[in-house]
Parts: sequence; structure tokens; C-alpha cells
Amino acid sequence: MINFGYSIHKDNQINMDAVSMELLEKVKKREPSVMMCMACGSCAATCSAAQFTSFSLRHLMLKVCRGQMQGLEKEAEKCMLCGKCQLVCPRGVNTRNVIIAIRSVLEEPVNE
Amino acid sequence: MTGKVIVIGGGVTGMEAASQLSAAGHEVLLLEQKKTLGGNVSQWDRLFPSLRPAGELLDHLKENLLARKVKVYFGAEVLAVARSGNQFGVTLTDGEKMTADALLIATGFQMFDARRKEEYGYGIYTNVITSADLEEIFRQKKGIKNPSGKVPQKIAFIHCVGSRDVKCGNTYCSSVCCITAVKQAIEVKEMLPEATVYCFYMDLRMYGRYFEDFYKKAQEKHGIQFVRGRLSEAVENPDETVMLKVEDTLALRPLRMSFDMVVLMAGMEVSQGTVRLGKLLDLHFADDRFIQPSNEHLLRNVTGSKGVFVAGTATGPKTIYDCISDARSATLAIDEYLKQK
Repeated sequence: MINFGYSIHKDNQINMDAVSMELLEKVKKREPSVMMCMACGSCAATCSAAQFTSFSLRHLMLKVCRGQMQGLEKEAEKCMLCGKCQLVCPRGVNTRNVIIAIRSVLEEPVNE
Repeated sequence: MTGKVIVIGGGVTGMEAASQLSAAGHEVLLLEQKKTLGGNVSQWDRLFPSLRPAGELLDHLKENLLARKVKVYFGAEVLAVARSGNQFGVTLTDGEKMTADALLIATGFQMFDARRKEEYGYGIYTNVITSADLEEIFRQKKGIKNPSGKVPQKIAFIHCVGSRDVKCGNTYCSSVCCITAVKQAIEVKEMLPEATVYCFYMDLRMYGRYFEDFYKKAQEKHGIQFVRGRLSEAVENPDETVMLKVEDTLALRPLRMSFDMVVLMAGMEVSQGTVRLGKLLDLHFADDRFIQPSNEHLLRNVTGSKGVFVAGTATGPKTIYDCISDARSATLAIDEYLKQK
């Protein structure tokens, strides 16, 4: 095929009518403070893992809130659970527990 | 010395100022265009952030007017103002004439007409309403139904409708809509705990005392979701739900979502009454079309026209707290002026 130098990309739009909020609901049950994020980015700025990887807790939590499951498991693995984010969070989000909750919900068998 | 003061506008600002001026010993006449007092606040069910009934506040203000024996003239619209020396001769549209030593303009704001933001579909799509329409639903005390007649399960609040928007000619912040959205979102969740509620905002301006706590409560207790992104357009689906298109600017991705009911947080604009009166009295209007006081810090209630004072939202968007403070501050300015005479 001739390479024209461009191709059709996947639709970038988040369609909230088509996503499932199941993960968020489950994480919320285990760690209700996940709802209190106001996306200030303190957690991502202080994150030790973020110095060497593309990890961002702010972004991870946003993905959970928007039902964006793709690549989430791999993302959540990057955290070293050092807890620095919890020290700096102005909303008192239990960030470590949010990560642990996300990991354990994602590990659950699908048809539980 | 005491004098005769005409307060024009019977909203919270005019009511409070009239009581305070009367308490200071002046003869006060309060003019109200409508048949009832309370202005814009009388359309509201409960007030932020304590959820105190608006009627309770208005009752207090009315009681004060009664106790101070303030004369209230209903259905009063100013037709002309003539000045002779330090005295004003005011003529109403019904022919009534009266005199005063000082005038206080408390003719306030009017809500932005959300139909002007056509792409949001107010007046076009069935289930797009305004914050004032939602207050009316609350006031009816018959539960929440969308205009289609269904109990809504997905509700969106749209911040900054007619505010911070050069396309509407309003570049300013209306200062009360963010906290009103949070208040109304919480009230909706209290009535419909199973409902999904989203707020779409550009910034959340939670500047007042307890505002931030109220916002936190909305997230923590009620699970209300906040999406940073201004509504670009709304589309009505065949089932009369409304599909919103925004950019989730924190995710850096466009987002769409359908709702059973969309509430537009209409902002404040200078009222027609304020404009008409300001023109009659040759007052200075600022770029935002609200009245410009003589000095923004020290003479906030004084206008360029001697003996004419201004208070409340006629000088820009304000909360009720600020209106009450401004009414009292205007009272002091008028009292000082009349004593010097």
C-alpha cells in the first residue's frame, strides 16, 4: 500500500454513554476518598516513580472516574507505594489505598 | 441633620438599606416596581451554603421594614428625576410626585437570558433548564421531574452560562453561580440519591466562607463529579435526552455524555431598571455595563452625581452577604452626606 504519510487514528473522544462505571463504584466502596480529588497535581509532582516512568496518580484517578480501563492495570503497577503523594494531598485522599484498591479490583475475576 | 431618602429597588439590598436608613432617623420611602418585595431572591428556594430558606431571610428583612415603619410604594417605576439645588423631584410613571434629599439606587441585576447562548439549546431542547427554573422546581416541593415528565437519573450542571464569555458580551465572573451549582447539585442528590450528577466548569471559584467545604461535601458525601471543560454544544437525542460535548481538559480528550436534564447556571447582567435609572441620572457605567462608583475602594456607594448613591448588584455581581454589607455601607455614606448638608 502507498504510504501517504498519514493514517486514520482511533477516535480520541471519551464517550461517557458507552463506558462502565463499575471500577469506580468498586474503588469508591474500598476507598471513598477517591472522589475528593480536585486534580491539583501535587501527587504527580512529588511522585518518585514519575521521575523514571510516565506514571501519574492524578491521571490514573481521572481515568478511573471516566471509566477508561485501557492500560490501567499496567499503569497501577508502576507505583511503589512509597506514600509521598499521601503526605502532600491537600484533600486528604488516601492515595496509597486508592492504588491498592484499584489494583485489587482489577485483579478480581471478571464474573465475580 | 436628618433628611428624606428615596430607595429605589425592593430587593435584599434596598430592603436592608431602607431599614437601616430609617433606624438612623431619616425619612425613607422604598420604591418597588413589582407588587412584592424581595427582587431576584424571591425566586429562590434555599440559599448557599447553609441551605437556609430564602423566604426566611426575606421575612426578616420585611419585619425590619415594618418595625422601622418604612413606607413602601409598590408598582412604582421612576419616569423622571428633576434636581433643584440639593433636592430631587421624582416623578413616577403613574403620575405620583415625591421629593428627596438623597437617592439610593438598589435596582440590581437580572439573570442572563440563556436563550442567547443558542448552542446550549435553552428554549429549543425540552430538557435544558436554567438554575432559576430548577429553583422553581424546588419551590413547588413536588419532587424533581424533567420537562419531559420523567424523574431524571442523569443531571448536568453547566457553569459560566453568560459569564466569562466574550461572545455574550459578558467577560466578567458572576461570582455566585459556582457555589449555586454546588448547592443545587447537592439538593438534587438529596432528593434523588441514586442519580448521577456532573458539573462542567472552567474554574471553580469557591472564594467565600464555607464554599470550599460545600464543594468538598458535594464530592465526598454525594459523589458529584466535576469535569473541567466548558460546554461547547448540546444536541438533543431522539429520546429527548441531551448530549453534551466538552473537552475534558484534564484528560486532554474530547468527551461526550447524555443527560436526562441539563441545568444552565445563568449569570448576572445589569438590570434594565438599573440602566434606565442610571441614564436618567447621568451616571457612569463601566465596560461591564454595571454602574461605576466614584472610587472602587473608598467611595463604593457614591456616584459621580451629588446626592445619588448606589448599592448592591447595580455595581456588579454580589452574594447576598455582600449586598447586605453594601446596603449598610451605603447607609453610612448617605447618613454622612445628609449630616453635612
